[in-house]
Amino acid sequence: MQQETSTSAGLMNRFEVTKRIVGMLKAEEAVIGGIGNTNFDLWATGQRPQNFYMLGSMGLAFPIALGVALAQPERNVVALEGDGSLLMQVGCLATIAMVAPTNLKMIVFDNGMYQITGGQKAATGFGADLIAMARGAGLAECAWAADENDLEEKFARALATPGPFLIGVPTDGKKAVATTDRDPPRLRESFMRGIGAK
Amino acid sequence: MLAVEGRGSVADAGWHETLIEVFKGAGISLVTYVPDNVLRPLIDGVHADPYFNVVPTTREEEAVGIASGSIMAGVNAAVLMQTSGLATLANVLASLPSVYQIPVVMVVSERGVLGEFNRGQALVAKTMRPILDSAGVDHCTIRRGDELRFMAERTILQALYTRTPAALILSPLLTGGKTIKK
Repeated sequence: MQQETSTSAGLMNRFEVTKRIVGMLKAEEAVIGGIGNTNFDLWATGQRPQNFYMLGSMGLAFPIALGVALAQPERNVVALEGDGSLLMQVGCLATIAMVAPTNLKMIVFDNGMYQITGGQKAATGFGADLIAMARGAGLAECAWAADENDLEEKFARALATPGPFLIGVPTDGKKAVATTDRDPPRLRESFMRGIGAK
Repeated sequence: MLAVEGRGSVADAGWHETLIEVFKGAGISLVTYVPDNVLRPLIDGVHADPYFNVVPTTREEEAVGIASGSIMAGVNAAVLMQTSGLATLANVLASLPSVYQIPVVMVVSERGVLGEFNRGQALVAKTMRPILDSAGVDHCTIRRGDELRFMAERTILQALYTRTPAALILSPLLTGGKTIKK
């Protein structure tokens, strides 16, 4: 799908990017994967105990991650979300900018469509720019990644620098490479043990 | 000219102080909310108390998400809202705290009953308990000041023991509610 707002560079693949991001985590960072393909691809990178897979509440990956970040301020929390989901709960960007958690690092995969429901074009596919919206919400540290190397540089800086960050990833239209197990209590239990809350 | 008042005359003036004590007893130190006039003394109370980390949100769904994350990370949390806010939550309650077994505690000021002046509020109030029942959320309605502490403490305790989200519905009989005055 054509990216009209995010970048002129090539599109990245969600699974490949997720693999790179997870590969950069060395301090038991929590990772919250948003609904659908976002958490499916996170699942496909291997089930780290610090991963949480959100199956139903569309739009809540960033708010859940904010809650984890506030409860465990010493641990970096990484949130992975899709463009359609973020559009649905876009007010959370203003909340996150206001609260300004030092340890919340957000990624939004923007393929310009609602991929899992049949590829209907989202407003992001017509020009809505989520990074510009985040900046307007008061998030100072937000930018589109130009390519995989730029993404790694930006994510490394986000992990090393206090404050909320949002990195936009112009994403291709490939489907997720796996499907998350549908067992919410087990997913929650595993996550809580993984981050030392149980 | 009609004036809208936040509190009526049949109320327990200290209900919000009691709830703050109950929150502390349950280790609830994160409070998220969407503003409400009836809950204002409770909102002001948690803001003024350094024990609490308080996050105002743009929507009730977002507030439930933040509370869910906090509870999974080891810090109990409550969400404050009014009746119309609860009515926005059916999908989120069913698909996050209920199925993941996250004991989110909600405090809902009851509108739409006992002297409501807005027909929309009266209608939306009828959806509240059916939503809670069908989404798997335990709830109780608190009407009396002398029952407040016991009901709030035990309902929250049960939520934590059974890993079930719960709602404390605060009747206008307790808070005074919101009335219109000539």
